[in-house]
Amino acid sequence: MKTIYLDNNATTQVASEVLEEMLPYFHDLYGNPSSAHSFGGQVGRRLREAREKVAQLLGAAPEEIVFTSCGSESDNAVIRSALETQPDKRHIVTSRVEHPAIKSLCEHLTNQGYRVSEIPVDGEGQLDMDRYVESLTPDTAIASLMWGNNETGVIFPVEKTAELAHEREIPFHSDAVQVAGKIPIDMKNNVIDMLSLSGHKLHAPKGVGILYLRKGVKFSPFIIGGHQEMGRRGGTENTASIIGLGKACELAAEHLEEENTRVRQLRDKLESKMAERVPNIRINGGRSERLPNTASISFEFVEGEAILLHMDEFGICASSGSACTSGSLQPSHVLRAMGVPFTMAHGSIRFSLSVYNTEEEIDFVIDKLPPIIETLRSLSPYWETGKQAAAGV
Amino acid sequence: MWEYTDKVKEHFLNPKNVGEVEDASGVAEVGSMACGDALKLTFKTDEDGKISDAKFKTFGCASAIASASSLTEMLKGKTIDEAEKITNQDIADSLGGLPKEKMHCSVLGRQALEQAIAHYKGEPKKEEEGEIVCECFGVTDREIEKAVRENNLTTVEEVTNYTKAGGGCENCHDTIREIISRVGDEEKPVTRPKLSNIQKIKMIEETIEKEVRPSLKQDGGDIELVDVIGNRVLVVMRGSCAVCKASQQTLENFVEAKLREMVWPELVVEEVTQ
Repeated sequence: MKTIYLDNNATTQVASEVLEEMLPYFHDLYGNPSSAHSFGGQVGRRLREAREKVAQLLGAAPEEIVFTSCGSESDNAVIRSALETQPDKRHIVTSRVEHPAIKSLCEHLTNQGYRVSEIPVDGEGQLDMDRYVESLTPDTAIASLMWGNNETGVIFPVEKTAELAHEREIPFHSDAVQVAGKIPIDMKNNVIDMLSLSGHKLHAPKGVGILYLRKGVKFSPFIIGGHQEMGRRGGTENTASIIGLGKACELAAEHLEEENTRVRQLRDKLESKMAERVPNIRINGGRSERLPNTASISFEFVEGEAILLHMDEFGICASSGSACTSGSLQPSHVLRAMGVPFTMAHGSIRFSLSVYNTEEEIDFVIDKLPPIIETLRSLSPYWETGKQAAAGV
Repeated sequence: MWEYTDKVKEHFLNPKNVGEVEDASGVAEVGSMACGDALKLTFKTDEDGKISDAKFKTFGCASAIASASSLTEMLKGKTIDEAEKITNQDIADSLGGLPKEKMHCSVLGRQALEQAIAHYKGEPKKEEEGEIVCECFGVTDREIEKAVRENNLTTVEEVTNYTKAGGGCENCHDTIREIISRVGDEEKPVTRPKLSNIQKIKMIEETIEKEVRPSLKQDGGDIELVDVIGNRVLVVMRGSCAVCKASQQTLENFVEAKLREMVWPELVVEEVTQ
C-alpha cells in the first residue's frame, strides 16, 4: 500500500539531497571539528558552511546561529536563560496555544514560583493584542509567542508583538518551528531577539535544532560544556545532521515559492472539496492568516481517532486533536482555547502537506474521506438529532 | 499510535449490530459529547426471557466502538441474569485486551449494560447516584468506588484509565486518593480458601521454579528459597542477581508480584544474606 503522508507538521521525510550530503560524515569523515588536525578541520569547514546556509534562510548573521538538539531544547534554553540573566524578574508572557515545549515548561516554572500569563486567542485562533499589551510589565523577563501554530497553522503577528515587548525593554522569543521554509523569515526586518527552529520539520533529520540569538542578546547557556557554538551550547556537534540541516535550509529557500503557490492550492482544494462533500464541518482558523500547508478540519459528531484509523487503512497519514488520539482525555488545548465546541473538537483532523505531496494524493483523500465520515456518523448516536439541530429543523 | 489487538480492529472496521432495536425492552444512553465518548445500547428479549437482539450506537474512538460491538455480540442469547454478570473486564477480554488508557471504553459498555437492564426491570435511572467528584468528566464517587473495587485499582492513574475521573484539571486527585484508600480499607470478602503452611510453601517453591527462576537465569541470575515465616518469604539472590544494583527492584516488582499473584496476596519477599 502506498503511503500518503499528510502529517508534515509532525515530522518530514529527510530530503534525498539532504541525506546524500550527510552520509559521508557518519563513516568516512567522522572527525571532530574541534580537533587540531586537518582530518577534523575539514568537517569544521563544512559546519561553517551549514551555519551560513541556515543564516541565509533566516536573513541572519552566521554567528547568530546556535545548533541544538531540537526545537524543545532551543525553547528551554531561551526561557531559562531569560530567567537566569534577569534574576529579579519573575514573570513570563506566552499564549494559550503554545507547543508543549513552551507550555509544559511554563507550567513547571509556575510550580517554582514564577508567574505566567497565557494570552487568550479568539475563535479564529488570533491573539488578543490588548491582553498581550496589558500583560507586559516591568517584572516580565521574556515574552514568548509561537510564530505559526502547529495544529491550525494560524500565524501570530510576532514582528508586531516583538516591537511591543521592546518598547517595554522586554526580550522577545518566538517558537518558529512550524514556519521555517513555509513563509519568508527575514531577521533583518524585525526585532525578534530569539527564535527556535527544528531540523526535522523542514526535511532535515530528527535530533538537530536551531537557536537564533540576535547579536547583543544576553544569553546564559542551557548545556554547559566545551567551547562549541562559541560557548553557547556545549557538546560535540551533531556534524552529519548539522550539515544536512544546512542543505535542507538551502532547499527550503528554493521551495518557498512552491510552498506558497502549489502546496497552498492543494491545501485549499482539500478544504473546499471537503466542505463541498461533507456537511457539518469546520475549518479551524480558516479566516485567519495561516501557514500554506496546514488544514485543521473538524467533522462534527464523530471522533478523530476513529477517522485516523479508517484513513490508515488506505495508507493516509494525518493527525488529530481529539482526546483519544493522544492518551490525554481532553481534546487539544489549542482548539479548546479557540472555543471550538466539543461536538467539533473531538472530530478534528490536521492535514499538513509538503512540497513532496502530489495532486493525485490529495484527490485520493478527497475521494476516500467522505465515505469514512459517513460510516462513522451512521454509528454516532448524535448524528441524526445533531444534523437536524444544525439545519434548524 | 495505540497497539490494538486484531479483535479490536475487526470490531472497529466491521462493527456488528449497529443501530437501534425496534420495540426495545432495555434502553440506555451513557457518556456525553463533552467527554469524548457516548454509547446508546438497546436490546429486547424473547418469550424465554433471553436477549434476542442487541444493538448499539457509539460516538468515540476505535476501542469504544469495538467494545460496544463486542458487548452486543456477547449479549445475544443470554438471560438477563447472565447478562448482568458481564463485567468491564469481560468486555476487554472479549477483544483480546485493551490498552490500559482505554479501559474506560469497556467501563462505558458495562455502565450502558447496567442502565439498560435497570430500564428493562423498570427501575429508576441510577446515574444520579452519588456525588460528582470529577467535574471535568462528571464522574461520581459511586462510579469511582465501583471501578476501584471491581478492578482492584490502587492509583489515581488507574482510576483515570478506567473511569476518566481525574483526567482533566486534576483538582480531584486528592479525593480520588481518599476513595482508593477508603475502598482498600473495606473488609474484603475472603473467597480464597485458607492455605495451610505446607501448601503455601509448596506453592511458593513451585512458582519460583516455574515462573521466577527461568527469567532470572536469562540474565545469569538465580534465587534460592530459604524459609517462609508467616507471610514473609526469605530468599537469597545468587549469580548476577547477587551483585546487581537493581536486584531490590527485581525482588519487589517481579518476584514478590509474581508470588502475590500466584500464591497469596499478602506475601512479602525479603532478601537475606547467608
